[in-house]
Amino acid sequence: ETRTTFNRGPQRSFECMWRDMGNAVASIAWAVLLLPPITAVFVIISRFSLLHPIQAVSECLSFLTSASAIFSFILLCGVIIMVGFLNLEYYTVIPTIACSKIALLGQLLHPRQFVNSLGHCIMGIIVAWCCAITVGGRYETIADPCAQGDGSPQMCLNEYHLILLLAGAFVGFSHSLLGVIYNMNYVSFHTVQQYKYLRFKGSLSLVLKCSATQALYSVRNYIVVYFFLGKWSLSVHPLDSIAGLLDLSLLYHLWISASFLLFTWHLTLLLFRVFVTEVYSFPVQSSFTEDAHQCLPTVLTDKQPMILKFLALLDLALLSQHSPSRRSEVFSLSQPGGHPHNWNAISKECLSLLADLTQRLIAYHDTVATNGRAKSLSTGSERKTSSESSGMFPRPTLLMKTPASVFARSIVGCPQSPLTAPFTPDLDSPFASPALRRLTAPMDQCSPWFGTVQSPHIMRRVPKLWSTSTGEKSQALFADSQAHIWALEGLSYLVQSSFSEDQFGVVQTALPSILSCMLGLQEAVDRHFKLPHASSKPVRSASSMGDSTHKTLRFALRATLKTSIYRITTTFGNHLNAVKMSAEHRKRLQQFLEYKE
Amino acid sequence: MCSLALFPPPLPSGQTTLCESNNELPLSLFFPRESLKLHCRTESSSKAAFLDHSETLWMRSAAAWRDGGFTGLLDEITNSNTEVPKWLSVSSGCTLALLRWFSSFHGSLFPHLTMSSEDMLAEFSQVLNWSDCVVRAFAWHPHTDKFAVALLDDSIKIYNPKSATTPTLKHRLQRSVAAVQWKPLCATALAVACQNCLLVWHVDPCSLSTRPSSGCAQVLSHPGHSPITSIAWSPSGSLLVSASPMDTAMMVWDVASESGVPLQRVGGGGVTFLSWSPDGSHVLASTPSALFRVWETRMWTCERWPCVKGRCQSGCWSPDGSRLLFTVQGETVIYALTFTDTPGYLSHVGGEIQSLAWDPTGERLAVLLKGLSHIFLSADRPAIIAVFKTRTNPIFELLPCGFVQGEPGTEPRLMQFHPNFQHGALLTVCWSSGRITHMPFYFLSAGAQRSLALKARNLRFL
Repeated sequence: ETRTTFNRGPQRSFECMWRDMGNAVASIAWAVLLLPPITAVFVIISRFSLLHPIQAVSECLSFLTSASAIFSFILLCGVIIMVGFLNLEYYTVIPTIACSKIALLGQLLHPRQFVNSLGHCIMGIIVAWCCAITVGGRYETIADPCAQGDGSPQMCLNEYHLILLLAGAFVGFSHSLLGVIYNMNYVSFHTVQQYKYLRFKGSLSLVLKCSATQALYSVRNYIVVYFFLGKWSLSVHPLDSIAGLLDLSLLYHLWISASFLLFTWHLTLLLFRVFVTEVYSFPVQSSFTEDAHQCLPTVLTDKQPMILKFLALLDLALLSQHSPSRRSEVFSLSQPGGHPHNWNAISKECLSLLADLTQRLIAYHDTVATNGRAKSLSTGSERKTSSESSGMFPRPTLLMKTPASVFARSIVGCPQSPLTAPFTPDLDSPFASPALRRLTAPMDQCSPWFGTVQSPHIMRRVPKLWSTSTGEKSQALFADSQAHIWALEGLSYLVQSSFSEDQFGVVQTALPSILSCMLGLQEAVDRHFKLPHASSKPVRSASSMGDSTHKTLRFALRATLKTSIYRITTTFGNHLNAVKMSAEHRKRLQQFLEYKE
Repeated sequence: MCSLALFPPPLPSGQTTLCESNNELPLSLFFPRESLKLHCRTESSSKAAFLDHSETLWMRSAAAWRDGGFTGLLDEITNSNTEVPKWLSVSSGCTLALLRWFSSFHGSLFPHLTMSSEDMLAEFSQVLNWSDCVVRAFAWHPHTDKFAVALLDDSIKIYNPKSATTPTLKHRLQRSVAAVQWKPLCATALAVACQNCLLVWHVDPCSLSTRPSSGCAQVLSHPGHSPITSIAWSPSGSLLVSASPMDTAMMVWDVASESGVPLQRVGGGGVTFLSWSPDGSHVLASTPSALFRVWETRMWTCERWPCVKGRCQSGCWSPDGSRLLFTVQGETVIYALTFTDTPGYLSHVGGEIQSLAWDPTGERLAVLLKGLSHIFLSADRPAIIAVFKTRTNPIFELLPCGFVQGEPGTEPRLMQFHPNFQHGALLTVCWSSGRITHMPFYFLSAGAQRSLALKARNLRFL
């Protein structure tokens, strides 16, 4: 009578892979479909001249039908497909937050990131070559005939062509670096659900604006770099002088090409984000055992891949709020046997997620507290045992007082928590090559700077390099909190609707544990927000393709937590007095019942 | 079909309506106009008090850009034609003329765009005669007995019968408050629609402070989204929507993370009034044109509802969210709209309607009428509140109940039902004199009657 479980490892990951791939392929296909109109607009903008408008238009038309245009268009399609697959390979739903400058540097110098940057550089050169063909004129070829001193014709380097190609490489490289700095590979989920087309349309103007501005800054930096480094002996027109570089037409074409490059890439990224975060409705239960692994309770409890777990949690939050028929399946009993397997699996998984966050917060708070205490203790105890003490640093014996077991649990116990995987949480995805995995795996474990919760003696010893900002640490603690937010919403809505819909009372049995879990988390979150800088708001940067949602996740979590507890207390009211709980939780609950939180 | 002619005549002048069954509630507030310290002049007019001081062209241009935006900059360049090259001043003058022509063309399509923001707030507010009102906005807390009052001097006071302190909220950006609303499923958050932004105050109910600092307020703003005339929290407390007649997009805010999603639809020229259905499934969004939209909140798509005559002035939802009542400017009719197969309904009332309020049990509908021009009422009769009984079974009907009338010389400006009054319904009315009164209606709701009948039957069996 216990349901047959699930010997499904390879089959399962294969299916997930196909779902992921399907979405990614669809997004790439759309990006390729959008490429012809974008390219046409680019051709017109780059070739248009105010003085001879008709001539320019006819030139554009004849160019668009030429063989070189078609060849470069095929190249562009190839680049878009490549960018799409890089997006798929590098995306993550849990942002990687660098807590210090050195951690950021570590991310930038990571081999995986190096591959990414190299790929973007090469693709940048290809796009720039296509741009050079498109703009035509003096940019078209790499070698120009030039007269040598003795009058014999010879081929010289055309620096206009070269400067455009290198600009492509530079913009591609800086795009890849900025991607790390602004967390561009982070895919966030929106609170407001919209259809794909409407979401895409809504973000299009922002993408255009971002691309144009980023292109402007990139070209400015590139010009500076080129001025100092661009010395080519074979050039006809040396451009590394101020006069050579301040050619308005050259700057315009550089900017237009960089904007075109960034716009097509950003568009691919936008489409990828829209497709990959699309709501997916999992069946709550299936009458066929072979489909059991696709059902919501099973997908929820799976660790991998992360995106599927997130989609399942999102689906749970939505079904608990909007869909009475699917809720009734959650509350239903198994046939035969009469066990609430669905509810048990869902509530257990949500509660364990919340408990995990509570543990993480308590552990972090304890380190901060112990840190302060260790310092004062060390100054106090130094006088007694100064022979052993090593200057101003607290001795290891004192550090033993930090609850190492708590850390062991939070670090080793959950390999997917952002504490230990600040880099690439999708490393275990089927797309990560084994070589890369081997390269990164030891680094994740042993490098001290990747952990957000660092042991205090390391922090003390090298305070300048390792200095971390508390706000960012706080961000890192809550990096995967989108999952907790959905778990809270799903649980609270299910409990709310159980008041009238739960015929067999399956939710009642879990109510004490749900309440105590939420109240415990509430206490931990309250304590966390009393830490300095934890409640300081990050500066918003609206004009960037990077997603800054992760910076405010902790505030969203705090608000959702309160709302969820209120949802339960307003539904059940004074009936909750009959629920067994500790005196401290009772006191906290009373505050909620009186609307004083 | 129901009309004011079926009503018992209003009380003779000099008598005040107390309540439906002649009981009274002790809580009544009074804000005399004289007690409020008003801003005597707006910030832009204080320029005249200072001596003219010549600055460089760059400084003036920067200041013009800051104060007046692109058109301000063009204006400044055109006016200082002695200092700039001729081609620059001429071309900026031409651009300015072109812009003005275009905006006047746009304005002729949507006349409200030419109004000042104060006028716009007065025009589209649910409050009658908003600019002259002492109490500009009022909001009951959805779960407890506290309420917030926004006053003419741009301050907000929070009254709680269980607490001795009355916090007063003031903020630099809190100007021309058009609406306030408490966040559901939360004890602290109060959203305030201001002239230039949206403020969300977090007022700790246990705090003894009477002047919470402006650090307790979150500022939400989006370019082009001002003045804000209407706001609505989702009943689940997770989202906040805001509307501005200047912006064709309605903003959906995730307040905790301070991020907003604009929901853009062309047509209508802006959004003036929002109302979220109590079950959370729909949002009514009316526009300055003869068109309103009903959004469903799951995937945020909308239905367009063009009106024949004027714009949708006000609307309210039945407690179960299945029926929408709305009124159209210039008409004396209440329309009922359902989202199931049941037919719609309309009812002629004798006057033009300013706003509607439906009590949470769905048994009483209060209608604020602008001024009556009916047979037995003289034409200069001030605004009045008419109360209807509503019945949904077997068919939807509005039955006359009575009028709510205040002290002589005062008229109602704003009204709201208490969200959880135990003995029927409690209507709070803000009067033109600055008084706030609470009007209880004692009745047994249909649900309560049914449960009583059930109890009686059970008793009989015992």
